[in-house]
Formats: sequence, structure tokens, C-alpha cells
Amino acid sequence: MSLISLNSFYILAGAFMMATALRVALDRGNPRRSTTALFWGLLGASFVFGSSLNPVIVGYGVLGMTVLAATGRVGASRERTTGREERLRSAERLRDRLFRPALLVPVTAIAGSLFFGRIHWHGISLVDSANLSVTSVGIGAVLALLAGLRLTRAPALVAMGEGSRLLQAVGWALILPQALAALGGLFAQAGVGAVVAGLVEQALPTQHAWVAVAAYCVGMMLFTMCMGNALAAFAVVTGGIGVPLIVHAHGGNPAIMAAIGMLSGYCGTLLTPMAANFNLVPVMLLDLDDKNAVIRAQAPVAAALFSFNLLLMEFCVYRF
Amino acid sequence: MIKLIGILVIGVGFALRFNTLLVVVVAGVVTGLVSGISFNAIMAEFGRLFVLDRYMTLPIVMMLPVVGLLERYGLRERAETLIRRSSAATAGRVILLYTAVRQASIALGVNVGGHAGAVRPLIAPLAEGAARVRHGELSKRMVDWIRANAAAAENVGNFFGEDIFIAVGSILLMKAFFAGLGIEVSSWAMALWGIPTALAAFAVMGWRAHALDRRLAGEAARRRDA
Repeated sequence: MSLISLNSFYILAGAFMMATALRVALDRGNPRRSTTALFWGLLGASFVFGSSLNPVIVGYGVLGMTVLAATGRVGASRERTTGREERLRSAERLRDRLFRPALLVPVTAIAGSLFFGRIHWHGISLVDSANLSVTSVGIGAVLALLAGLRLTRAPALVAMGEGSRLLQAVGWALILPQALAALGGLFAQAGVGAVVAGLVEQALPTQHAWVAVAAYCVGMMLFTMCMGNALAAFAVVTGGIGVPLIVHAHGGNPAIMAAIGMLSGYCGTLLTPMAANFNLVPVMLLDLDDKNAVIRAQAPVAAALFSFNLLLMEFCVYRF
Repeated sequence: MIKLIGILVIGVGFALRFNTLLVVVVAGVVTGLVSGISFNAIMAEFGRLFVLDRYMTLPIVMMLPVVGLLERYGLRERAETLIRRSSAATAGRVILLYTAVRQASIALGVNVGGHAGAVRPLIAPLAEGAARVRHGELSKRMVDWIRANAAAAENVGNFFGEDIFIAVGSILLMKAFFAGLGIEVSSWAMALWGIPTALAAFAVMGWRAHALDRRLAGEAARRRDA
């Protein structure tokens, strides 16, 4: 039992999405208001009731949201906000106090990882220790919002409106990470990974120890690019190439192989639109014109670090 | 082989710039169907995983109201004013410093930062402000490039810092994976072998930060000449 569980934050976030749906529904200025409201309403419902709904219903809901997004029926309402002049005046008045609420979030994260997991009374813990990091962010965000409202003396509805504005700026891209994670799960269930690993084994002369290392590192990167997630790629590529070839056939060190292999996978994460929460959501959040801007900024980093990882593993995995 | 059709759908769909969400859902449905899973079972799997992975979306959504509120009252403008006072600040240095903070904190198991929580409200305005002090008004293209690099610092710092902490998800996953195969692997050894790449990642970001500053300076010089 825990007092503050992950589900409490799902309900809070879902309620916020539903409130956004309501705002959009009441906005006569938005030509796509009914379909946009439906999108946010469906998403909000999946957050509030997700744990108790039949997964088939959620699946069809995701399909519905996808159709709405793909046919261009999700459009942002114009939310009123302040102009640059007004913001400069307000910044002059509030000065560095403006940073305090924003800094409450990392402070809560630190406190959370140090203390929150240890607080409990009579078997009831304060937070769900399995999801400490996400719940800490949730608690931090709520505390920061309260501090922000106190500082600015703004009514809560103003924060709600500004939040809705940003939520609609991100738009349907918000659910891409979850949809991609679901795709990764389907790939795993269908056994896509085993097929790829088999192809690699057939195509390459893996009787050479160094070829096995290269195949493993490249495999981790490419597979992560396809799945959008290095953790999903790890089980497939390590099970298919790493353990049978590097560890068993050539006697490599599994700890070195796994550590550097995972980091080679992360190089793939830097390069793929499939890792939407890292590479596409920020594009919307930062209002960038080029959809691939973040990937373009990361490409040289990924290339350099991948070469480093490959050489490091070639030199070390059979030596230590 | 036929099971790889989902990857083909993704490749073609992305190349032809179809709606990304549609491409993803179609790839999943097609892969499921060729593997003999019924349409309803595919929807059930989609729904189950969609609900299970809500934690990916949660931090961004939770941060939006407070970030929006503070922005309304001038947070980004204040960050720009503040950075103007520091004569040593450049866009690249702000971004590199953030990379270091992000790497160091997550290596100790503390997850601070985030695209919604830090990059948009703080790091991007600080970097843009530092660039404006040095080079005057920036074109939208340059602003976008600074922001993209700030987002890259968030990702690189996050990915190449976390594997040094032994209680992080990826290390636990690797340990569990090997345990399942009956291979004993120490978490400490895996965390230790994450350190060289973490240092290399910081060095590479140093090079990128330097490249960003040079590009900004070059762009400004070209504008003055024009």
C-alpha cells in the first residue's frame, strides 16, 4: 500500500487532458473543435480509467485517436497568453523569484531519490517505491505549480489555460512514444527480433572474433533504430548474437559486452524518429521548423560515440 | 522473413512522410496480422501496452501547467536577462554545462532535467540569451539550431550518464537477462564499463558546443559583412 501511487498522477494528468478537451469544445473559434475535443477526451479517459478499462477498448481508442490525427482533425485552439512587453515587465517585477518554482522540481527529485522511499507508517508507504523517479517528478510538478500560483497570485484557471496551450502545441505527437512502445511489444510478440538475428548470423563471417563484436555493436544500433528503444533491442540482439557468438564461441567478457553494447544501442536512439519522446516531442515542445532538427544535432555525436564504443569493445571484451 | 514487413512499412512510411502515428499503428497491425494474431488481439495488445507505458508521457504533461504559468510571467525573459550579466557565457558553454549537470546527477541516480522541465523553460532561453549578447539578433534558423542542440544535450547527458548508476533500469534489465541464461554478471562491472563512454560523450559534446559557437560567430560575421 502506498499513499501516493503512480495512478494518482495518471488520474491528475488525465483530468487535465479532459479539461483541455472541455476548453476546446467550448471554443467557437476553433474550426475543428469537436474532433480535437474528442482526441483529448479519449486520451484523458485512457489516463484516468486506463487501469480498469478492457485493453481492447483502449486499443480501439488509440486507433480512433490515430485516425483523428492522421486525417488532420486535431487542431490547436488559440489560447490567450501574454505578449513580450508584458512578460518583460513581469520578469522585472518578480526577478529571480521566478526560478524558485522551476527549481523545486529537481530539488524534489533529489529529496525523492534520497528519502521518499523510506517514509512509511504502519506498512503504508508515502510513495510507491517501484516508480520512485516518475512519482518524484509528479510530486515536484504539483509543488512547483502551487509555489508558482502563490508567487504570481494568478488564479488556477490561468495555469490551466497556459498548460492547455502547451499541451495543444505538442498535439498528437504526445502519444507517439506510447504508440511506439506498443509497436515494440507487438514486434517482440511476433518474433521480429529472432528473424533479424538469424539473418545477421547467416550473412556475416562470425567465426572471426572481431566480426562478432562488430555485428553485435552494429546490430544493437540498427535494431534500436528500428524499435526506438535500446532495452527492447538488448534482449533480442544479445540473445541472438552477443551470448552465442561473443561469450560462448569466442570467450568474451559478458559484463563488458553488455555495458558497451547497451551504449551502442543508445547511439541508435539518438538517430531514430522511433524514439519519439526523445527526438520528436522536443521538436514540438521547442517549436522547431525542421521535424528532424534534434536528430540532425545528434547525428555527429552518435557517429563519434558509436566508433568509440566499437573500438573500446574490440580492444577490451576479449582481454579482461 | 514476412515478419519484417513492419520494419518495411516504417521505412517507407517515414520516407514518404505519412503521418508518423498512422505509420506506427499500421506497422503494428500488419506485423500482427502476418504473424497470425487476430485484429482484436492486436488491439488488445496495443491497448495493454499503451496503458502500461503511460509513464513515458506523464512527466511532460505534469510539467506543462507550471511551465506555462511561469513563462506567462516572464521566466524565459528573466533567464535571458540573467545570462546577459555573465561575460563568459556562450550558447555552447551553457549547453555543455547542462550536459555535465545532467550526466553527473543521473550517474548518482537523480533524474533532474527533462525537455519540458528544464530545456524549454531554462536551458534554451539561457543559451539563446548568451548568443544574443554576443551576436545580436538571431535568425529563426539559428534559434532553432541552438534549441536543437540544447535538446541533444538533454538526451546525450541522460543516456550516457545513467548506466553508471547500478540501480538504473537498463543495468537491472541486463543483470536479469544474464541471470535467465544462468550467466553470473556483476552490476558493478557493467556500471564500471559504462564510465569510458560517459567521459567520451562529454568530450564529444564539448566538440559540438564549440562547433555551435563557431557557427553562430560565422553567421554573425557574414551578416555584418552583408
